[in-house]
Amino acid sequence: MASVKEIIAHRVAQELEDGYVVNLGIGLPTMVANYVPEGIDISLQSENGIIGMGGTSEPGKEDKDTINSGAVHVDVIPGAAFFDSATSFGIIRGGHVDMTVLGALQVDAEGNLASHIIPGKMVPGMGGAMDLVVGAKKVIIAMTHTNKGAVKIFNKISLPATALKCVDMIVTEMGVIEVTPEGLELKELAPGVSVEDIQAVTEPKLIVKGTPKTMVMPPEA
Amino acid sequence: MRDKMITAEEAAAMIKDGSTVMVGGFMSNGTPEILMDALVARNAKDLTVICNDGGTGPSFDENGNETKAATGNGKLIQNHCVKKLIATHIGLNKQVAEQMNSGQLEVELVPQGSMAEKIRAGGAGLGGVLTPTGVGTDVAEGKETLNINGKDYLLEMPLHADFAVLRGNIVDKKGNVYYHNTTKNFQTVMATAADTVIVAAEKIVEVGELDPNYVMTPYIFVDYIVGGEK
Repeated sequence: MASVKEIIAHRVAQELEDGYVVNLGIGLPTMVANYVPEGIDISLQSENGIIGMGGTSEPGKEDKDTINSGAVHVDVIPGAAFFDSATSFGIIRGGHVDMTVLGALQVDAEGNLASHIIPGKMVPGMGGAMDLVVGAKKVIIAMTHTNKGAVKIFNKISLPATALKCVDMIVTEMGVIEVTPEGLELKELAPGVSVEDIQAVTEPKLIVKGTPKTMVMPPEA
Repeated sequence: MRDKMITAEEAAAMIKDGSTVMVGGFMSNGTPEILMDALVARNAKDLTVICNDGGTGPSFDENGNETKAATGNGKLIQNHCVKKLIATHIGLNKQVAEQMNSGQLEVELVPQGSMAEKIRAGGAGLGGVLTPTGVGTDVAEGKETLNINGKDYLLEMPLHADFAVLRGNIVDKKGNVYYHNTTKNFQTVMATAADTVIVAAEKIVEVGELDPNYVMTPYIFVDYIVGGEK
């Protein structure tokens, strides 16, 4: 059985298209790289200055001068490029990143995102997140549908915004939701999940046109 | 040619208490550790540090013994050298949050792309930069929002410092710098935006040995070179 995180990462990977420049956030989003569909060639960007990032370096083979944005030593693929932060964020802000995937604390019906701060509790700083969600052509939120049962998709976010009207799609273990000008449209449901199930843990009324498709699951190992 | 070589101790003595210092590196990747050590050794105080992050903090076992040393800017934080930190991310150094919450350290958080452009503006003679990043968020508080061709932008002001302390992999004696792989990060822009730029070098070569095509910071920006960086 695939884990919840694997199910989400696998589904997000189906959004990848050949030639995409992609920035993956730390944690669950990083797992998307494990499910790149066959025949699709993507370039992974790391905001500290890499295009063509590879996987985590083998223990003992780390290069001290090569890390990803999560401070993990990584390899690069043949044809990769290194650059400084100004260039890196020119790539990000300038619309040269096709897709970014990141987690969220809260998302709302307008596609507003809160992902970087819980005042008084968790104040890690926004890092590159604010630039990424403003600059990337497609912003996908990859997250568990609830926080141990507590709703994360609201009519209106209550935590400080990371950016306004920036989210295009939300992928959870329960389904796939698209942010549209009319509101949140339920596009896909995971096997065994009903519209009522997902609506029960989603504050805004989901728009359902016809029957939502069945969300594709990772192949059994 | 002026001799730019100084020791880490001389560099640290030059950086007076109360100075504003840009510290190169991203999670200590590219940070001049010997200059961090020298600032700690001379017990520097009241610095305003501009750095991507808080470096990494030390780890302790249950008896309070240090099991892992701080790195990069984390050394300055641990030793209370810093009065104010301007950074993009502080989540990987608990001591930053501790000192912030106890009122010892002022922290100003800046989006990473805006940080790069604010520093670039500071070094490139620009009066500020207009960025869509942060519009409608807490970052916009106290800043001007301008609508240009139907889109909102924040006016972010330039950042300038008294000193920039950087780490180069190869530095020639004239001060040309090559930064390897991901250690370029903020260093290239920081080199342009401080009154005095000090580069700690892993390897120092004679003038002419560094191919001009690989120079990432031209020598005119570099005031002093310190050898012995690892």
